[in-house]
Amino acid sequence: MTPRTEAELAAIIREARAPLRIEGGGTRPIGGPTNGARLSTSAMRGIALYEPGALTLVVGAGTPLAEVEAALAAEGQRLAFEPMDHRGLLGTEGTPTIGGVVAANVSGPRRVQVGACRDFLLGVRFVDGAGRIVRSGGRVMKNVTGYDLAKLMAGSYGTLGVLTEVALKVLPAPQAAASLTLRGLDDTRAIAALARALGSPFEVTGAAHLPGKGETLLRIEGFAESVAYRAGRLRELLAGFGTVTVEDDPEAVAACWRDIRDVAAFHGRAGDVWRLSVKPTDAPGIVAGLGGVEALHDWGGGLIWLLAPEGRGQAIRAAVAARGGHATRVRGTGADAFHPRPAPVAALEAGLRRRFDPRGLFNPGLMDGTREGA
Amino acid sequence: MQMPDPNPAILARKAELVARLREVLPADAVISDPAETRAYECDALTAYKCPPLAVVLPASTQEVAEALRICHEMGVPVVPRGAGTSLAGGALPTADSVILGVARMNAVLETDYDNRFIRVQAGRTNLSVTGAVEEQGFFYAPDPSSQLACAIAGNVAMNSGGAHCLKYGVTTNNLMGVTMVLMDGTVIELGGAHLDAGGYDLLGLICGSEGQLGVVTEACLRILHKPEGARPMLIGFDSNEVAGACVSDIIKAGVLPVAIEFMDRPCIRATEDFAHAGYPDCEALLIVEVEGSEAEIDAQLALIEEIARRHDPVELRQSRSEEESARIWLGRKSAFGAMGQINDYMCLDGTIPVSALPHVLRRIGEMSREFGLDVANVFHAGDGNMHPLILYDANRPGDLERCEAFGAEILKLCVEVGGCLTGEHGVGIEKRDLMRCQYGADDLAAQMDVKDVFDPAWLLNPAKVFPLDASSARRAA
Repeated sequence: MTPRTEAELAAIIREARAPLRIEGGGTRPIGGPTNGARLSTSAMRGIALYEPGALTLVVGAGTPLAEVEAALAAEGQRLAFEPMDHRGLLGTEGTPTIGGVVAANVSGPRRVQVGACRDFLLGVRFVDGAGRIVRSGGRVMKNVTGYDLAKLMAGSYGTLGVLTEVALKVLPAPQAAASLTLRGLDDTRAIAALARALGSPFEVTGAAHLPGKGETLLRIEGFAESVAYRAGRLRELLAGFGTVTVEDDPEAVAACWRDIRDVAAFHGRAGDVWRLSVKPTDAPGIVAGLGGVEALHDWGGGLIWLLAPEGRGQAIRAAVAARGGHATRVRGTGADAFHPRPAPVAALEAGLRRRFDPRGLFNPGLMDGTREGA
Repeated sequence: MQMPDPNPAILARKAELVARLREVLPADAVISDPAETRAYECDALTAYKCPPLAVVLPASTQEVAEALRICHEMGVPVVPRGAGTSLAGGALPTADSVILGVARMNAVLETDYDNRFIRVQAGRTNLSVTGAVEEQGFFYAPDPSSQLACAIAGNVAMNSGGAHCLKYGVTTNNLMGVTMVLMDGTVIELGGAHLDAGGYDLLGLICGSEGQLGVVTEACLRILHKPEGARPMLIGFDSNEVAGACVSDIIKAGVLPVAIEFMDRPCIRATEDFAHAGYPDCEALLIVEVEGSEAEIDAQLALIEEIARRHDPVELRQSRSEEESARIWLGRKSAFGAMGQINDYMCLDGTIPVSALPHVLRRIGEMSREFGLDVANVFHAGDGNMHPLILYDANRPGDLERCEAFGAEILKLCVEVGGCLTGEHGVGIEKRDLMRCQYGADDLAAQMDVKDVFDPAWLLNPAKVFPLDASSARRAA
């Protein structure tokens, strides 16, 4: 089913008698198995409003991400949260949509500096499981009128409602960018170097550590003189960690951070892929304690991508639970893709599910642990 | 402003309630003498007052949980209170409610510069969070103008903003985690020193929920290193339209100033009389501040100057020193004080799309003549968050009502042009009855469904945010 309008969508949902599998472009099959009839948002597309001078974009949920990015690029702007493309990592094909980005709260390396997708979400329209058309937030940058249901929808993977339209804050694309690289640091020293840079006034917009390549990377962006100045200051600041090399060719910098964003190092390789969100300085200990896994570090250490053999879930979850954070299996099989929540939090999530999807239609089983008794 | 009638059954059980609260809290943490509870009868929206049944001042999460459990068992409404600086009546009590004040919970629990966060008890004031980390060169970014007094608890409840959120975002963008007590006394942790949620983004949901979903007792906040420097530029124009166009052009050019403040002629005149900052006598004035190293600041200000010159400014002044910066900010920072000297005033908080600025200012001017009340505009232009100040005389019968009616018309106008009722102050009681201008029945029902899940008996701050007739069935259930 591919409704063309919000009203059509609401009618389909009201008349539905069996579970639905909500899909944008189908490129991010993250979560537990879900066996409903396919319901695609792809026909609810198009840019409804774009005001570059107000940094505001309102767009149909089914609009291809590429179309959004092209429209922004034409005005020298971009989605600052840098949503990753999951196709390479998950072996999927299809066209990523902006609604899918929001539903999965997808961000990239710049999340560490500017915030996640949810931080740029100004408002949403969605249809809930009762067929109610609901609007929350709006199109302006500051809005505390009522509860922030937009945040609730971001990252709820279509289990609370089907997004039909999203309003996003966009930002100017910078004139220049540069990558700074340190080589040969072990994980602990690397995360310490990234922390030093992120704790400086030089506005680092990417901070990754790739143990496989032996590279520790920083990104800075802005006006050309500013990038050159900050590169110099960071090089001084990090002198104790070794020699810093600077790459400022725009295409090389873009390619380097696109690979980090999309976890290119794990493409086409066997094993489960896990995504861990932790306190950055905990990252080296978690990875060392697990053994037998391959890791990539982004967000200054706060995001760990793990390539692990099947069946390591319990050990990974235990390592994260001991220190605080959460682990999501983004590739692999099983019903436990999402991190279990403590009982009172799971009860709140289950209560929200009952209110927004009383008949349990939307992606049942996808975000396990959100249902009572799960 | 209508509030629900106090429940006589609760009033009748005051002595029992107080006795039970005293069993779990220190003697001086339970206030029930009417002479003392009067100190909690209002917040910064002083037009509305009502002493609460009792006040509790717990010192820990555990004490908050005990107090809430008792109120929950006895069916007593609870109104959480940070520092009581709400301009929207967010902490206004009812006669049958207990005020739960978190002011005693103001400790710093942990600072971590490597991981760039600070964990504090929620009663700590906004400015003293920065105070705890500034020796190391760090700061907490959200800076509401009440930051000397306002508490983090209230900032989280209202999702507070400030002058610098164009670059740094508002509270929700800087809040990493909370410890929160639900109405039945259950303690939950949301978020922490890591980023993003592992399940639903409940942290994002509770931020800005006006103390209706739980009582936040501790908060984990993102801290940032201070910029190397910051300097403003002052630009005067002879029309609001041109000033608005200039704001838009600056943003389009790829500069992201940390603040773009806008003052109109009535506001410029009043502040000049009061603060003598040396502002030009013009229709509209922008203060644009940028950050970075000296050279970076020079480059950005040069670009902004080039853009502004295309709009024929009547005055253009780049700050070259700290002293000049202070003078440029002087008038803006004294704007509210200057207004207070002239008259009583009501400060509104609607947000509009930046492109609607000239139209909205023109309409406000027309309405000002219709209502016979003066209005001055000072606001965060970069993000469209307006603060029209309506001047009135509280001692003149009918003036407050006329002022409120005028205010409601301005807020309706904000919604009409695609904006919202409140950008950073919150709904509280002040804008409660205007919510239907912005949201349809289903939109409000969806929000109230969330309230039902977190607080099924509607005991936490129950008479706020939603029109009373919209919430009455749920409150009675």
